[in-house]
Amino acid sequence: MKTRPKTGLEIDGFTLGDMLHRGGFATIWEVTHPDHPGKMVMKVPTILDGDDGPTIVGFETEQMILPRLSGPHVPKVIAAGDFSDMPYLVTEKLPGGPLQDLIREAPLPIERVVELGRGMAAMLHELHRQHVIHLDLKPGNVMWRETGEMVAIDYGLARHDQLPDLLAEEFTIPMGTFPYIAPEQFLRQRNDLRSDIFALGVMLYELATGKLPFGHPQTLRGVRKRLWRDPEPPRALNPDLPPWFQEIVLRATEIDPAVRTRSAAQILFDLEHPDQVELTARASRERRDGFWAVQRRRWKMRRLRRFAAPPPLVAEQTARAPVLMAAVDLSPAMEPLSGRVLQAVRDILIIRPEARVACVNVIRTHRIGLDQATDDEGNHIHISRLVALKAWGQRLGLPEGRVTFTVLEGPDPGAELIDHAGRIMADHVVMGARANSAARRYLGSVSSQVVAQAPCSVTIVRIPQPREG
Amino acid sequence: MLIAVLSDIHGNREAFAAALEDCAERGAGRIVLLGDIVGYGPDPEWCTDKARELAGAGAILVKGNHDSAIDTPGESMNPVARAAIDWTRPRLSAGSRRFLADLPLTATLGETLFVHASAHSPADWIYVTGERQAMASFRTSEARAIFCGHVHVPALYSCDLAGRVHGHEVTMAASLPLITSRRWLMVAGSVGQPRDGVPQAGYVLYDTDRKEISFRRVAYDLATTLRKLRAAGLPEALATRLMAGK
Repeated sequence: MKTRPKTGLEIDGFTLGDMLHRGGFATIWEVTHPDHPGKMVMKVPTILDGDDGPTIVGFETEQMILPRLSGPHVPKVIAAGDFSDMPYLVTEKLPGGPLQDLIREAPLPIERVVELGRGMAAMLHELHRQHVIHLDLKPGNVMWRETGEMVAIDYGLARHDQLPDLLAEEFTIPMGTFPYIAPEQFLRQRNDLRSDIFALGVMLYELATGKLPFGHPQTLRGVRKRLWRDPEPPRALNPDLPPWFQEIVLRATEIDPAVRTRSAAQILFDLEHPDQVELTARASRERRDGFWAVQRRRWKMRRLRRFAAPPPLVAEQTARAPVLMAAVDLSPAMEPLSGRVLQAVRDILIIRPEARVACVNVIRTHRIGLDQATDDEGNHIHISRLVALKAWGQRLGLPEGRVTFTVLEGPDPGAELIDHAGRIMADHVVMGARANSAARRYLGSVSSQVVAQAPCSVTIVRIPQPREG
Repeated sequence: MLIAVLSDIHGNREAFAAALEDCAERGAGRIVLLGDIVGYGPDPEWCTDKARELAGAGAILVKGNHDSAIDTPGESMNPVARAAIDWTRPRLSAGSRRFLADLPLTATLGETLFVHASAHSPADWIYVTGERQAMASFRTSEARAIFCGHVHVPALYSCDLAGRVHGHEVTMAASLPLITSRRWLMVAGSVGQPRDGVPQAGYVLYDTDRKEISFRRVAYDLATTLRKLRAAGLPEALATRLMAGK
């Protein structure tokens, strides 16, 4: 590295402005370029003289992974420079500061924590869908777009399941930020997306209580404690927090990844339907485990070298626990069809026994103003539909927490269903289609609209039609 | 530019044709043949003819040990390879034999080096089978990217800023970025006699603009190749090897 960054430096057409941030491994500079009008930042790794392997490999890892990612939850890459002159990475500049700034105000109101949690879960699931496990999620690495989407930055420790993992190949020490690092990451397992779920759980805990569940250890020895020492239950620190929130957070931060929440989409699913979260003993826990319970766990963990490995590919890990959305028409005439939709969902549950099912029904409303006059009646319809939907969905025999029921309302049922599928990041929509008719051919059907526009796979269920003579 | 790097064709016409067809479909603008056009397979003359035609159209070619053994019977080889070369020699035209003998040991294109075996000492036909052998190549060559063959198993190595050499897992699922902070060595696998357990023609595509490579596998008409191989009376071990891909 021949050049060092400083204000006013010109490199490959970029002019460095002020230094915005100095981190442990890199400095961040505001930059301008005559060909790129937007606001940009340049990240320059701080390469110490001599052997600075992890910083260099972290920078190389980010250079490999970040340009392959797209979408609103990832900063856009504008340019990169190599080590021959000065290594750098230029990305778009995101407005405001990181989530870290909000942590200083924690504990935040639960509504705000849930809103942030939903944003982060959606962001995380999107990364996982693009084959990437972040492995260094923390409030300093989460930012926002002006449009509201949350953005994960800094991919120096990330793992892309289709690219060589330079960090795992070249280093043998666990890497991550100590308060947020998952137990399996401590054991140098870098291929489990549930490590990101753990970090998300820690951040939710921190936002809601103002405290870190596993403290702020300064040594790897201190990090190791989380293999047996359970955190203070969030409600013990902030009694105003609802039990379902404690359930979500403690499940996300389970020691063994096998009992942790399966995917970010499932956290999103729970945060979207808090009243339908299945409450276990976690929800009512009032204090940390006692001395003997902790000692027993410590004894059990003493020889643990690795947790059971997940499937090698991130896509297989997310596919294992998909979110299914079953959209059903409950009118009496449609009973045979709704029965077939139920059967189709059952069939999918045989292949994907860990799937969650969101049962959805839509009430078509007319223009909003007109409906407000009949509010009472509307309310009645809503409740009776919900009851009917539950009666239908309970026939799936899924335990509480694995199935939810939502009645949507809107003038355009297709659009409502498409929106909802996007909101809960459904992997698969199952719905019925009525028999073909001339009117439907001209006016279009809800199912064809969903097929055309849903952000995921759609299965259309139909009653077989007799052949026309 | 998209460069297709094909190695170790070994007289397997069907695999060679299938790989070339795949190159064309993917829009490869330049073909590189890393040697061992003949040996083992039943169609040495067709493959050499094709190679000559490609060379005429701008392809880059280097010589492999089997190509060399046609003219230099003294080369050390295992009995099966020797039997196959002895079978091959009289089945090549004088023109083909001259063409193979005249191939260079190495070729360069910009900052990329092409060689059949180790860049460290090309005429010694050393197998690049690990980080140690790859390091010898990185030490002798300044090239940013080195492509070699000879091993018949695809592999990827990098040499970092500190001069350390690392072997990387090869995935077929995606293209791999050759980040510019490192120098890279690719073992291209084999078109006509793969030995990594996948009985399909293997080659590498190199996108010089995006600085990405992808290891490709292409199915070919294995049954026809096997029929010809047996009809020619070549050792049965060669047929077994093609079927298992190792």
